[in-house]
Amino acid sequence: MTKTWNNRAWFLVLPVLLLVAFNAIIPLMTVVNYSVQETFGNNLFFFEGTKWYQDVLASPRFHASLLRQFMFTFIILAIEVPLGVAIALTMPRSGPWVSVCLVLMALPLLIPWNVVGAMWNIMALPDIGLLGYGLNKLGIPYNFTRQPFAAWFTVVLMDVWHWTSLVVLLAYAGLRSIPEAYYQAAKIDGASRWSVFRFIQLPKMNRVLTIAVLLRFMDSFMIYTEPFVLTGGGPGNATTFLSIDLVKAALGEFNLGIAAAMSIIYFLITLLVSWIFYTLMMRGDEQ
Amino acid sequence: MARIDLNNIRHAYMAAPKGDDDFALKRVHHTFDDGGAYALLGPSGCGKTTLLNIMSGLLRPTEGEILFDGRDVTGLSTEERNIAQVFQFPVVYDTMSVRDNLAFPLRNRGVAAGEIERRVNEILEMIGLADRAGQKARGLTADDKQKIALGRGLVRSDVSAILFDEPLTVIDPHMKWVLRSQLKELHRRFAFTMVYVTHDQTEALTFADQVVVMNEGEIVQIGTPEELFERPNHTFVGYFIGSPGMNVIPVRVEGAAAHIGAHRVALPGIAALDGAARTELGVRPEYVRIGAEGIPVRIDRVEDTGRRKIVRAALDGRIIAAVMPEDMTVPAEPHVTFDPAGINLYANSWRVDLAQPGRGAGA
Repeated sequence: MTKTWNNRAWFLVLPVLLLVAFNAIIPLMTVVNYSVQETFGNNLFFFEGTKWYQDVLASPRFHASLLRQFMFTFIILAIEVPLGVAIALTMPRSGPWVSVCLVLMALPLLIPWNVVGAMWNIMALPDIGLLGYGLNKLGIPYNFTRQPFAAWFTVVLMDVWHWTSLVVLLAYAGLRSIPEAYYQAAKIDGASRWSVFRFIQLPKMNRVLTIAVLLRFMDSFMIYTEPFVLTGGGPGNATTFLSIDLVKAALGEFNLGIAAAMSIIYFLITLLVSWIFYTLMMRGDEQ
Repeated sequence: MARIDLNNIRHAYMAAPKGDDDFALKRVHHTFDDGGAYALLGPSGCGKTTLLNIMSGLLRPTEGEILFDGRDVTGLSTEERNIAQVFQFPVVYDTMSVRDNLAFPLRNRGVAAGEIERRVNEILEMIGLADRAGQKARGLTADDKQKIALGRGLVRSDVSAILFDEPLTVIDPHMKWVLRSQLKELHRRFAFTMVYVTHDQTEALTFADQVVVMNEGEIVQIGTPEELFERPNHTFVGYFIGSPGMNVIPVRVEGAAAHIGAHRVALPGIAALDGAARTELGVRPEYVRIGAEGIPVRIDRVEDTGRRKIVRAALDGRIIAAVMPEDMTVPAEPHVTFDPAGINLYANSWRVDLAQPGRGAGA
């Protein structure tokens, strides 16, 4: 093979550069632009430096929604990942039931997010919803529009219902890739069910679980539609997660500077935590 | 250690097998003697892995029973049978160290720590991984991983039998030879019952005292390497063992003579053929002599393999192989003769005895 050098080849990467520029860099730069300026409309801008950033970082309101956000993400990860793995382990490895299980698992993932929110809203209504009415009939006082705990419970339950399937499907794919010989060898070696999980299944699922955790982290950290439809961030600010707070600041109060600075901080936190997750989970994978 | 009896084992992978064709194992009835070194030899898909998995208890046979030292173990699990098995592709526990991998089967069975230490060190020495004992198994090469898998098979001293399922496929040729001799050595020292599945005849013939040749779900012949070579029971064994394989030539048999077209070959005895539909002469290339006398042939080509020459010659329109010493040259008008010691006769692919005239049925 002889290599040909031709600088005109650079033009071939131009389309992708333009694409990235338009869908990532330019919007991001607009936000950066807003985050360092003050505007009163009429296209008049005043440079403010890092003022908005300082305001956001010092704001108790931001701290509160960030804390809520971390709590929510932590809870759903702590439920969805083990639950997803457990369900994947109980799914059949072969036979006609495989496709039935896969379709059942995929169903929640196919429902639009706002529909999921609306569904759970109706279901959780204390007077007519199956869940809300049922709980109250059982003697458990439940009203997600009044009790913060009930609101959290419903939001978490909704997310678990909606997204555990993703973890199941990824974990199942990881399990299916384990050759039969591993299970046979484990039998020969007299390994217990726990040992099989601990030393064969879990290490082989490591990569897909990393992806599952990353996807679920990013998604849940940026969650907006479902809690917005379900609770609107209430009662009070009980379920006002970061993105709901952000929309309130930007569109509700029209604090463009604050909202822009918040977006950048939000983006950096998501990036940082994803990177930490990735590094931690991949560390065991390298030699 | 144990003697393993297989009584009329049949196995089908489908739920309701009907004809013989549905069975992966058609009928196996055989005894593996205590302390014997056996090889199961056959082409891919002949049922040898199925048979091995039935012995280890990973598969339950559709029909028949398995006895270990006379005790019926057909319904017992692998663990209860106390079997060690090594698979074709390396199975290691990635997250464990080499040492922990080897100790794993012992720890699961509650062996005392001191004994584990001693056994593991011995095996580490044998497979040559002592210097990497603390390393994680994940980063090792396929070769080394397979050595660990072999080691896990050998680490238990009380097993009924050790089964090998083409264990050296992924090992490079030099190491293959070393490991094979170590297995052989181990067999001599501890007299484990060993069954070794392979499709490589060299491996089978060098490892085993008894080679079990399988084809299409049946045992075709059981014998020492020498028997398989000299007296193949079935034309398949003739083809499959030896390189090049046995020449199989369709013949018409009349008394103590076989006719290849217009040519006549004297047989060392008389066969009772009972009007078999198909009769063939089987002669290994080693017993085909090229010279100035016999049946005229046309030389097709000569392959020089270094120590000897392999001659491909057309006899009556059919290519046969002959082995010639390195220093011999092909005569100008080549003819072939068959050494009577190497002549076998096959009726419908199965070997028939050639009775000596006068000692036979008196034909």
